Amino acid sequence: MIYFNNVSKVYKDAVALNDVTLTITAGEFVSIVGSSGAGKTTLTKMIMADDSPSQGTVFFESINVHKLKSKDLTKLRRRMGVVFQDFKLLSNKTAYENIAFAMEAAGKTDEEIASDVPHVLELVDLSHRLFHFPDQMSGGEKQRLAIARAIINQPELIIADEPTGNLDPINTHEIVQILKKINDLGTTVILATHNRGVIESVGKRVITMDNGKIIRDTKNGK
Amino acid sequence: MTELKRIIKAGFINFKRGGSVSFASVLVVTITLFVITTIILFQAVLYFSLNLIKEKVDVTIYFNVGVSEEKITSLKESLLKLAEVADVSYTSAEDNVKKFRELHANDYSTIAALDEIGSNPLGATLNVKTKEISQYEDIANFLKSDNALALGSSDIINHSNYHNNKLVIDRLNNIISGAQKLGFLLTLYLIVSSIIITFNTIRLTIFISKEEIGVMRLVGASKMRVRGPFMVEGIIYGIIATIATLVIFWPITAWFGRNMTEFLGLNLYNYYFSNFLQIFAIILFSGIILGVISSALAVRKYLNK
Repeated sequence: MIYFNNVSKVYKDAVALNDVTLTITAGEFVSIVGSSGAGKTTLTKMIMADDSPSQGTVFFESINVHKLKSKDLTKLRRRMGVVFQDFKLLSNKTAYENIAFAMEAAGKTDEEIASDVPHVLELVDLSHRLFHFPDQMSGGEKQRLAIARAIINQPELIIADEPTGNLDPINTHEIVQILKKINDLGTTVILATHNRGVIESVGKRVITMDNGKIIRDTKNGK
Repeated sequence: MTELKRIIKAGFINFKRGGSVSFASVLVVTITLFVITTIILFQAVLYFSLNLIKEKVDVTIYFNVGVSEEKITSLKESLLKLAEVADVSYTSAEDNVKKFRELHANDYSTIAALDEIGSNPLGATLNVKTKEISQYEDIANFLKSDNALALGSSDIINHSNYHNNKLVIDRLNNIISGAQKLGFLLTLYLIVSSIIITFNTIRLTIFISKEEIGVMRLVGASKMRVRGPFMVEGIIYGIIATIATLVIFWPITAWFGRNMTEFLGLNLYNYYFSNFLQIFAIILFSGIILGVISSALAVRKYLNK
């Protein structure tokens, strides 16, 4: 599903990715682990074409994501769901509107939005927060809302970049369980984290990065 | 259609939730529109005053005594055919002497001298007004030329007062063109400054949403879906600022109309209301264009990803 072909990314005076070659197949749950600055976030940004490589190519199925025109990139992004450490919710929109926005972007009708949004909020246990703004929610609730937004359009791939970085152990556990459930339903999940406990609780493929390089790739990693 | 409806709705919601940021944007657009309206009224007063001065300038052609009215009328018609001429009025010799007597009614010796002559010593006159002050010289040259239209005019013309008035006419001409240039430069400066200030304020308000614009794009929103609500907000800024500006100018022009009409020579209150539709259209158009273009340009910067 995703292919990294000798991808390097060099910022002014730092190498973020160093000749990375990687394959992720559909339905996998891949954890990318490494210390801060190891290149995890850069790697996930490459998949979304939120950043472009200095060298090499990134394919989503047969599509070279960095060769896409703006319109086609928008369409490709609708096939992915993204979850960030800092949630990146739309602060002037309610929980309902944050999710509705992602559905509107995907061209869903008002009827579909009205029926699906309450349902997905119920799935992440946020039914009682329907008309609350992100500022009125806790960290765990915000992250659950971000996950609800990421899965609402039933994407083929979920990219979660340090989704538990700002959460306490209980909320961390909840988020990991939700991501596992999403993966069980057939969605590919890429989880970037530096939290060993999270990786151990997932118990699936682990790619370890250091200084922009993949130094280990284990099937049932710990 | 659904997309457009959603964009408009989002624009209204963002405006409402923007609170103080929306208020600041409306305030800045209002200031710009206030400047534009002030300039419109300033130009009206300036042009009214300049036209008043222009109307007071004319050239009189004095004819020899005894020249027939027919010949003078023929010259009058020739003058009227000139593109530069706005108006020509004829005063007969009899009317001129009557005016002279009225003017010197208290000057006994002058009236006595006139009576002593017995006959009318004054000829008829033609009073010529041109469209522009600078064109009087052309008329003077025309009267001196061998142009077919003015043929024989030099035999019947005694003199014209153009050369006596030349200095005054030239000075007035310089003052008027100077005032117009100054007015234009002032207008340009104020409008450009206001637009830059407005653009930068709106850019700052959108800068606050910079990260959210990136998130919207990552969620898969099209450029128009992201840009649209900001442009709708820009339209709302323009409409509210237009209403505010027009309301503010109501008491201002009323005060000027009551207290400054004599000084300005123009009743600004009457001018404002008799040209209200045009002013409204200019202000509304400026406000909307300013809001929409500023928003669109500011968002564009963050839409590239």
